[in-house]
Amino acid sequence: MNRRILAAVLLVILAALPFIAQATGQSALLSLASRILIYGMAAASLNFVLGYGGMVSFGHAAFFGIGGYVVGVLYHHADTETLFWGFIPGTTQMLITLPAAILVSGAFAAIIGALSLRTGGVQFIMITLAFAQMLFFLFVSLKTYGGEDGIIVRRTNELPFLNTRDRAVMYWVVLAITVAFALGLRRLTKSSFGTVISGIRQNERRMAALGIPAYRYKLFAFILSGMGAGLAGALMVNVLRFASPDMMHWTKSGELMIMVILGGVGTLVGPFLGAAALLSLESVLASWSEHWPLAMGLILLVVVLGTKGGLMALVTRLTGGRK
Amino acid sequence: MTAILKIENLVKRFGGLVATDHVSLEVMPGEIHALIGPNGAGKSTLINQLCGELQPNEGAIHLAGRDITHLPVPARVDLGLGRTFQITSLLDEMTVRDNIGMAVQVREGGNFRIWDALRRRRAIWDETDRLLAGCQLADRADVVVADLSHGEKKQLELLVAMAMQPRLLLLDEPMAGLGHLESQQMIGMLRDIRKEAAILLVEHDMEAVFALADRISVLVYGRIIAQGSVDEIRNDPAVREAYLGAEDELC
Ligand SMILES: Nc1ncnc2c1ncn2[C@@H]1O[C@H](COP(=O)(O)OP(=O)(O)O)[C@@H](O)[C@H]1O
Ligand SMILES: [Mg+2]
Repeated sequence: MNRRILAAVLLVILAALPFIAQATGQSALLSLASRILIYGMAAASLNFVLGYGGMVSFGHAAFFGIGGYVVGVLYHHADTETLFWGFIPGTTQMLITLPAAILVSGAFAAIIGALSLRTGGVQFIMITLAFAQMLFFLFVSLKTYGGEDGIIVRRTNELPFLNTRDRAVMYWVVLAITVAFALGLRRLTKSSFGTVISGIRQNERRMAALGIPAYRYKLFAFILSGMGAGLAGALMVNVLRFASPDMMHWTKSGELMIMVILGGVGTLVGPFLGAAALLSLESVLASWSEHWPLAMGLILLVVVLGTKGGLMALVTRLTGGRK
Repeated sequence: MTAILKIENLVKRFGGLVATDHVSLEVMPGEIHALIGPNGAGKSTLINQLCGELQPNEGAIHLAGRDITHLPVPARVDLGLGRTFQITSLLDEMTVRDNIGMAVQVREGGNFRIWDALRRRRAIWDETDRLLAGCQLADRADVVVADLSHGEKKQLELLVAMAMQPRLLLLDEPMAGLGHLESQQMIGMLRDIRKEAAILLVEHDMEAVFALADRISVLVYGRIIAQGSVDEIRNDPAVREAYLGAEDELC
């Protein structure tokens, strides 16, 4: 299994990255790697509904942003020693903020999904987009939480026994969560539920004839996916120490979708590859020329058209494995 | 004995066209009831109303004494309704075995579990392998559906429907497009199945219908013009005139 070896080598490199960054003096490397892992999780969450479930959501940045704002808002109330809605105290404990972010973004996904999944096709794309933009404008208008400037989170959330203010430690926390996330997602896709979801994508009419009411299965998948994106958003705010409405802007949803398509729709590792490719390219190209979006567009076009199945298909071909 | 399926005065209109025109029929337990009629007579339209994909404009459908006229497709499946599609409709990216496994899995339930491993649900795969054993598709079990021949897909449609253990099976032209040998095999399969489920059989192939059916209903322009045993239908002057004489140019 050269794939397993590949994964192990990659994991060792990722774990050693803080030392590599220090030795080579590339301190930006660590923050880039953190962002890749976090966006990778968000893109993988989107991919679960898009690639495995066949639901083209164009509003996943909403859940990413909600997760981020949970961390931001809880920090704000802890910092100002005020109560959210008059009864919820703030906190900076990561063991509380992350689960809270997951639950709240799951609740938003339940509401948005319940309404959007009544439709399908292009209408579904437009409605999810509309909901995300509504939330974007809502947060822009919330002056308590900084309006369009967002919330500056001066201190990263705390964990027992770990100094999360150390960037290397925070990176390792993100890495550990990413690994757990990826293993969980892998398990999910091979579960009874994951198989039904994949069946619904392939042929909803057939699944109905077998006795599957697609709506509630799709809604459950949508909620799980929203939870994953919310977790990613919460981590992002911890790494960037900043939550803003831009996290929910439609361009962010677009970026997540590009990562999925670039990396490989309906694959486990693809979205992470897509995130790595997009974010690395962005930082390299941006330092070369201000016209970098054009170059980026061309590269994307070549990869997507050239590989038929994204980077993951390319990797599969190179390592000689089957899909 | 009460009918497993009872259709009363069913009407379906598409604009000005009456595709189902006051159709009434019954299927008894253990019976194969054949529905024949020329192309465009409204056979598929009737099947689609029975399985719940189309809503009738008038009339009622009862399954084992229960009114199912307004139930959605999956709820009817829960009550014991199975079907095959005239144009095969399967999970194309999955293998033969996985398609049957999916039918068993759905019937067994527990499908909101996100933390189990489907491959380790022994009961599902044991039953799947039992269903596959001894049938033509057994040595094609690991072939992806997209790579099957037309005849194999038709057989798989039937196997999947049987894996659901329905009380009533709606078969929409299971022989369509099959060669002579494949048709004979299919007739054999249907003979075995009749022990387990009542069947409403829509079929072109007169040879098959006469070989299998207990009763036959003849549908023309959405209306049932004759109903009876094989012999009665064979000798019915109206049916003969309508098209039996016309060189088996039936469906
Ligand atoms: N969805 C639909 N909309 C309009 N007309 C339809 C539709 N489905 C079927 N029809 C018409 O209803 C008639 C019966 O069709 P169908 O049930 O497919 O016949 P059969 O299966 O007996 O060949 C045909 O004239 C067909 O054109
Ligand atoms: Mg038809």
